Amino acid sequence: MKRPVKPARLRKLLTRRTIFLAGLQAGIIGTLGVQMRRIAVEQNQSFRLLAEENRVNIRLIPPVRGLIFDRLGKPLAYNEPNYKIDMVREQSGDPEAVLRRLATIIPITEDGIKAALEEMSKRRGFVPVTVAEDLDWEHIAAVSANAPALPGITPELGHYRIYPQADDFAHIIGFVGPVSDYDLSQIDDDDPLLLIPRFQIGKNGIERRIELPLRGKSGIKRIEVNAIGRVMRVLGREESHPGANVQLTIDNRLQRYAMERLGDNSAAAVVMDVRNGDILALASAPSFDPNKFVRGISTTDWTALNTDDHKPMLNKTVTGTYPPGSTYKLVTALAALKGGFVTPKDKVYCGGYTEIYNRRFHCWRRGGHGKVDLHNSLKQSCDVYYYEISQDVGIENISEMAKELGIGVQHDLELPAVREGLAPTKQWKKLRKDADWVIGDTLNASIGQGFVLASPMQLAVMAARVGSGTKISPRLVNAVDNRPNPVKGREPLDIDVEHLNAVRSGMFGVVNERGGTAGGSAIRHKGWEMAGKTGTSQVRFITKEERARGVTRNEDLPWERRDHALFVAYAPADNPRFSISVVVEHGGGGSSVAAPIARDIMLTALELAEDMDYRALPTDARAARSQPDDKA
Amino acid sequence: MSYLEQNIRTIPTGLSKVLYFNWPLALLLTAVASTGFLMLYSVSGGDIHRWAQPQIIRFCLGMGVMIFMAFIPINFWREISGIAYLAGIAMLLAVPYIGQTRGGAQRWIDLKFMTLQPSELMKVGVVMALALYYDWLDERRVSRPLWVAIPIALILLPTFLVLGQPDLGTALLITAGGAIMMFIAGVSLWYFGVAFLSIALLLTGVFASKGTEYQMLKDYQYKRIETFMDPSSDPLGSGYHITQSKIALGSGGLTGRGFMQGTQQRLNFLPEKHTDFIFTTLGEEFGFVGGIVLLVLYGLILIFCYVSALSNRDRYGSLVTIGVGTTFFFYFAVNMSMVMGLAPVVGVPLPLVSYGGSAMMVLLMAFGLVQSAHVHRPR
Repeated sequence: MKRPVKPARLRKLLTRRTIFLAGLQAGIIGTLGVQMRRIAVEQNQSFRLLAEENRVNIRLIPPVRGLIFDRLGKPLAYNEPNYKIDMVREQSGDPEAVLRRLATIIPITEDGIKAALEEMSKRRGFVPVTVAEDLDWEHIAAVSANAPALPGITPELGHYRIYPQADDFAHIIGFVGPVSDYDLSQIDDDDPLLLIPRFQIGKNGIERRIELPLRGKSGIKRIEVNAIGRVMRVLGREESHPGANVQLTIDNRLQRYAMERLGDNSAAAVVMDVRNGDILALASAPSFDPNKFVRGISTTDWTALNTDDHKPMLNKTVTGTYPPGSTYKLVTALAALKGGFVTPKDKVYCGGYTEIYNRRFHCWRRGGHGKVDLHNSLKQSCDVYYYEISQDVGIENISEMAKELGIGVQHDLELPAVREGLAPTKQWKKLRKDADWVIGDTLNASIGQGFVLASPMQLAVMAARVGSGTKISPRLVNAVDNRPNPVKGREPLDIDVEHLNAVRSGMFGVVNERGGTAGGSAIRHKGWEMAGKTGTSQVRFITKEERARGVTRNEDLPWERRDHALFVAYAPADNPRFSISVVVEHGGGGSSVAAPIARDIMLTALELAEDMDYRALPTDARAARSQPDDKA
Repeated sequence: MSYLEQNIRTIPTGLSKVLYFNWPLALLLTAVASTGFLMLYSVSGGDIHRWAQPQIIRFCLGMGVMIFMAFIPINFWREISGIAYLAGIAMLLAVPYIGQTRGGAQRWIDLKFMTLQPSELMKVGVVMALALYYDWLDERRVSRPLWVAIPIALILLPTFLVLGQPDLGTALLITAGGAIMMFIAGVSLWYFGVAFLSIALLLTGVFASKGTEYQMLKDYQYKRIETFMDPSSDPLGSGYHITQSKIALGSGGLTGRGFMQGTQQRLNFLPEKHTDFIFTTLGEEFGFVGGIVLLVLYGLILIFCYVSALSNRDRYGSLVTIGVGTTFFFYFAVNMSMVMGLAPVVGVPLPLVSYGGSAMMVLLMAFGLVQSAHVHRPR
């Protein structure tokens, strides 16, 4: 069977229209060719760049933070590996479902899931957020094995900062914590490391003040990634430089003893080597556990720390300032001697008080000391002696001497919030209080009351300078990255040795002679005798009525109104090696409370002194530095 | 010599038909498919078993089917055209009940040895049905309204079924293919003019009404249309595909990075790298030159189809050949436009190159029709 071929008209039409159609299609094919040329040839350069960007991703390799040692090479801060789980929201699809699945493999609490979801919602979608930390290797292996079911989840290796000495060094070392937005706004630092979520920086103490050397330098890893960010291969890497190690001048044994000895008191103790300024102990009590801050402190603990009236968070050694009380008599005495207003032999009659413009300034001993010379004025801590001589010496001379001895000046210590204290002058009062200086102010200042303020560290410096006769400056950091920190202030004080000796003899009397205010706290060991000065500073004003009633006994007052107890000393008296200051807030009397503590700590320091010489950074400490880890 | 005798003499019989095959066309198809094998091998990163091998097996199978179909007289195919169309419709209707769902669309029927996409089959089904219709229709009636309405119904029925799957790309291709068949068959140009105008008016009306109280669509529907027309407004959705595919194409340059040297596809930046977006791999590895070579191969296939059709005095044969050629053209033109950012992203594979059984089988069967028409053409 064969159908007849259709008539010619339609055939011609078909031919015509097919040719038209073919022409149209040829045109479209031509357009495709032109477009291909435009993309592949003309825009080749820019697309090639984009392809490269697509492929190559730069990742930071965080450096391992430097370690902190004491002078003997004992680690005070080191790093421990921390297996953690990071999650990227935009890769995970349904973050909550993924987290719930994750929770079946590794321990995450309901609160942990909530916190992670909240943090993820706050950050941009591509920023990794740590959802679990401190995991075992088994957990990491389980997560890796289940990776396909956990989109957006990556196991990472981080580091925990560990403070093995816990409370004992909390105020010195401080602690690290994750960078906060507040930190970023406060510091002028464009290190890209700071943008890594939960990157740890120093928040307090040495960790904060020596942040940059401790942090180290980040390395860079160029990796080839695919569209979902999975690493295909590493193209090249530039290793990170671990942070520098820091060695302190502190002796961990003495520090621990000092902390123990201060006990539950709200108190501070500083021990200094008078020959080179090394701070061997810088104890502030009560303290806290810095490790709690590293892992995120609980609200309960935080509230407890902040509501405690003993102020555990405060570093009382450098940030706490107190009226130095009678310990300041060293300053007034030296100022008077230097200005030639008194000689050591001159005597002043103490009848229990000095009266100026109808106002009575009382001596601590109601009945008075009778005739006292310089030696006895220190030994018995006679106030009237200083009331009398200070009127001739004048506040300017006293304050100048205070600065010479290190009070009211800024010391360069690697700690945050190191206070300057205050050696007041007439100009200062005019400026700050908008009032004229009156003679009563001078009298108060002469016994370390009124406006005068000093930190325990400054008191230790004062004792060290009197004992050594040099302008020695405190030194807390022995070396950073094995580069030693120079000793400052070896030059002699601008004071006659004879004047110094007169005051030293008085200080010797305070501790070692019958009738000295710290007679009960003497070191009997031959050649280790201590020379010191007690101080009891009022924190309240005693009114006339109160005095008429009979002054309330210190023990009967509420804690926060009791006197501060102070003691400064150096030892051995004939060849000074260490100076010490002890301040017990609201502790009562300097002789009864502060001096015994100082005696015990000083004795320990002298006992340890046998091997307290410097040691180089132990080699095993450098080996302990863990290698930077690849976060692949 | 009578007219009848001449016909009988010139139409080959038996194995001698092999000599009358359109061998250049078969060779071109093999060349295009081989390009596909190379690309699939490269995309899989050198793993021949992953995509290249199954594709080669299917191509050989398809070539066998094509040759087998070429031996069967074109008259047989003419006779079963109506049945083929109805079978296609039946399968489309069955998809919602027995079909498999992949990627949010229900398009596949599992035939155990392979999965079949009835919508692909329907592209050829419509071509066959319309060729049969215009072969049968009296010349004078071609442009009469009633006789124009019938083919329109034949086109729109499968179009709506495919739209419901949903598969916009295939639906548009079926409509366009059918319209071209009507155009070639000689339907008056007025109809085409009116159709164009009304579509243009409708679109203008829909968009002009936006924001007015007569707004015809919901806001999110406009948003979808806009994204469809301009992928760059949705950089993480379809815009992401286009950007990534242009990056891959553009990084190839004039001669490309070299075989197996492409980076973009291996790193999975390209979605559907082995199916709809395989052209980008070709562009990245063989550059502009490689792309043009493929384009030329496609063009030659069209030329051989059209030359065969125009030299064929059998109306059914020429109509089917042109229909298949045009369908083939739509495949690669739409795919390449999409990959190069000239057209919205619709799921259309690159014919004979993209990985996939249905499209390749259907295309080779269609070329079986073309070969049969060529072998059995009255000269």
